[in-house]
Amino acid sequence: MPAEKMLRALREAGWATLVVAGLSFPIIAYRAEPDFNNLLALQPRWPLFLQFCAAAFLLRFFLSLWSGGEAKVKPARVWPKLPWLGPLLLAGLTVYPLAVVALLGPQAALKWIDTYGVQILIYVLLGWGLNITVGLAGLLDLGYAAFYAVGAYAYALLAPLTGLGFWALLPVCGLLAAFWGFCIGFPILRLRGDYLAIVTLAFAEIVRIVLINWDVVTHGEAGLFGFPGLNFFGLPFIPGPRGFAAHFGLPFQGVQKQIFLYYLVLVLALLANLVSLRLRRLPLGRAWEALREDEIACRALGLDTRNIKLTAFALGAFFAGIAGCLFALRQGFVSPSAFTFSESALILAIVVLGGGGSQLGVAVAAVFLVGASELLRELTFLKSVFGPDFDPAQYRMLLVGLAMVAMMNFRPRGLVSTRAPTVRLSNPSSGPSDHLLPQGEKGVAS
Amino acid sequence: MTRWLQDPILRVDHLTMRFGGLLAVNNVSFAAGRGDITALIGPNGAGKTTLFNCLTGFYKPTSGRIAFSAGRLDDAKIGTLTRSARKHDGETFLLERMADHEIVRKARLARTFQNIRLFQGMSALENLMIAQNEALSRAAGFSFIGLLGLPSWRRAEQAAVERAVGWLDRIGLRKRADDPAGSLPYGDQRRLEIARAMCTNPALLCLDEPAAGLNAAESHGLAELLRGIRDEGETSILLIEHDMSVVMRISDHVVVLDYGQKIADGSPAEVREDPAVIAAYLGVEEHDEPAVEAALQGQALGSGA
Repeated sequence: MPAEKMLRALREAGWATLVVAGLSFPIIAYRAEPDFNNLLALQPRWPLFLQFCAAAFLLRFFLSLWSGGEAKVKPARVWPKLPWLGPLLLAGLTVYPLAVVALLGPQAALKWIDTYGVQILIYVLLGWGLNITVGLAGLLDLGYAAFYAVGAYAYALLAPLTGLGFWALLPVCGLLAAFWGFCIGFPILRLRGDYLAIVTLAFAEIVRIVLINWDVVTHGEAGLFGFPGLNFFGLPFIPGPRGFAAHFGLPFQGVQKQIFLYYLVLVLALLANLVSLRLRRLPLGRAWEALREDEIACRALGLDTRNIKLTAFALGAFFAGIAGCLFALRQGFVSPSAFTFSESALILAIVVLGGGGSQLGVAVAAVFLVGASELLRELTFLKSVFGPDFDPAQYRMLLVGLAMVAMMNFRPRGLVSTRAPTVRLSNPSSGPSDHLLPQGEKGVAS
Repeated sequence: MTRWLQDPILRVDHLTMRFGGLLAVNNVSFAAGRGDITALIGPNGAGKTTLFNCLTGFYKPTSGRIAFSAGRLDDAKIGTLTRSARKHDGETFLLERMADHEIVRKARLARTFQNIRLFQGMSALENLMIAQNEALSRAAGFSFIGLLGLPSWRRAEQAAVERAVGWLDRIGLRKRADDPAGSLPYGDQRRLEIARAMCTNPALLCLDEPAAGLNAAESHGLAELLRGIRDEGETSILLIEHDMSVVMRISDHVVVLDYGQKIADGSPAEVREDPAVIAAYLGVEEHDEPAVEAALQGQALGSGA
C-alpha cells in the first residue's frame, strides 16, 4: 500500500526532525562569540539549523521508504573458515615496511611505517590486552589508559635513572603496570558492571592528575623527553661510526629506526596474541569466561573469583604496560595529555567494535578506528570543497560515532561475534564453522 | 537409633538465619546420613533454600553449627573444632565458618540452583571442564606449564575431558557436547547442571528442586540418575523437592520444614502419616487443631533436646 507507506514515512520523518531540532537548537541555532568588549554575544545561525532539520527529515524519510519502516532481524551470518587468512596476514605484515620503502623511498615511507604501522600495532596490542579484562573476563574497565600511562612513564623515568636499555625495561614496565592492575583490582573485587566501570574511570583520572601535579618527578603537563631511545641490541640509530648503519655498512637513514620499531612491536603483538589464545584454552582463561557468564555459578563450583578477577586485571594491565613502553620509544616524549579518558574510550571502542573475546575482530577494529582517523588527515582536498578553515582531522570522533551506529545496526555483537569452544569433542575440521557458538548473552555490549 | 544419626555425613545443630525481622530458619537441627538420599521438603517459603544457602556458604547463618565430613563425623572432633578458632582439621569441617568456594573445594560439597545456572554461552563440555578447574589449574602449574604445552598438562587435560565425556554419556548428551549449554532443552540443562556439580567430585551433592519443570518421563529419568549416584556409594545426596512422587520414590530420609521450623523428620512412610505434615500441606480442620498443636509441640521439644 504505497500511500500508507508514504504516510508512515512522513510521520517517522516528522518525529526524527523534531528530535534533531530539539537536540541541535541549543548547539547550532546560536553561536556564542566574544564581541569587541569581550562579552559573549549570540550569533543566530538559523539557516544552518534549518539545513540540519531538512537533512534529518529527508534522510529519515527515504530510509523509512526504503526499509519499509520495520526492523528486520537477520540470522547471524556464519563466516567460512579461512585457513589461509592467518599466514597471508602475517606475510603481508612482515613485508609491509620494506615494500613501502621500496615503493615510496625512505623519506616518504617514514609516515606510512610510523603512523600507519607502529601506531596501529600499538593499538592492536592495547586492544588485545583490554580484551582479556573486558572481552574474556567481562570486567568493564573504563580506565585502561592509566596502565598505558604507567608503562610509558615507567620507561621514561627509569631509562635515564637506571641506565638500563629497553630490553631490560620492557618487562619492568609490564610488571609495574600489572602491579597497579593488581592494586586497583583489590578494592573493586566486590563491584560489578556499572559500579566497577565508574571506579576504574576514577582511577584513571587519579593517575592522570597525579602525573600532572607531581611536578618534581613527572614535570607536569610539560612531560618527559630526552630519555634514551631505541637501539639495535646495543647499536643506537645515529649517524656516525658507532651507529647501527655504520656497523652494517649501510648508509644512515632515519627510517631504519622506524622499521626496527615496527618489527619489534609486531613481534610483541604476535607474542601477546599467542599468549592470549593459549591462555583461553587453559583453566585460567576458561575461568575468565565462566566469570563473565555467571559469577555465582563460578563460586558454586569452587572457583576463587577473587584470584580470577585479579589475574584478569593484572594481565590486561601488563599488556598495557608493554604498549606504554613502546609508545614512549616511538614518541620520544611522554605527557599526561596522551592518557586522557578519550584514550581509554578509544581502546574500549576497539574491543567492543571488534566483538569482545575475538582476537581477529579486535585487530580489524583497531586498524579501522585508528587507521581511518589518521586517513582523515590526508583528505586535504576537502578544503577546496568546504573552504580553507575545514580541518578533516576534527571529525575523528564523528567517525567513531558512525562506526558504533553502524555496528549497532548491522553487527550488534561486534565484528566477530562468534566464539569457538576452548575444547571440543568433534573434529573441528569436519564441518565449516557451524560449531561456532554465539557469544555469551552477558557479553560486553549488554 | 536411626541410621542417619549413627553415621551422618552432615550434622546441622540449632541453625538460625535471620534477615532483619524475618526468621527464615529457626533453630533447625537434623542429620543427613552417609550414602542416603535425604529430602528437604516443605511448603513455599518454609526456608528450604535459605537453609541450603547456609550449608553452601552463600549465607553466613546467624547462629548454629554445620558439621560435615567426607570421612567419619565424630562428636569429640566436632567439639574440639568448635572450641578452637579453626575452620577444619582436614577431615571434619565446620561449614558455617568457611567461604563458599572453600566449601566446594576442601569439604567436597557441591550444589545446583533452583533456577538453572549454567554458563549459557559455553559448550556443554566446557561447563563440565570448568567444574574440574581446580585440579586442572594445578596440573597447568597455574598456567605456566600449560602455556608451554608440556605433556604432563596435556595428560591432565585429556583425563579431565574423559571424565567429562563419561558424564555426558551418562546423561545422554554426548552428541551435543560442543553445543552451547543455553541452547539445550530445559530437561537436558537440569541434568547437565547435576553432571557439572558431580564433576567437582563431591561427597555430598545438594540439589535445589532438581525436578522442577520436568515432565513425568524426565523426572522418572532424574530419579534413576540420582539413585544411580547414590548406589555407587561415593556421593550422598541432599535435595529440596516439591514433586512428592519423586521424593517418596527415591529418598531414604525426609526432613520437613514449615515457617522456618522443623516439623517432621523420618522415613518417607513415617513423614507421610505425620499429622503436622498433613496439616502444613493440606491445612487443618478446626476440631483437629489441638491435636496438631500438641504434635508440633512434641516435635519442637524433640528437636531441641
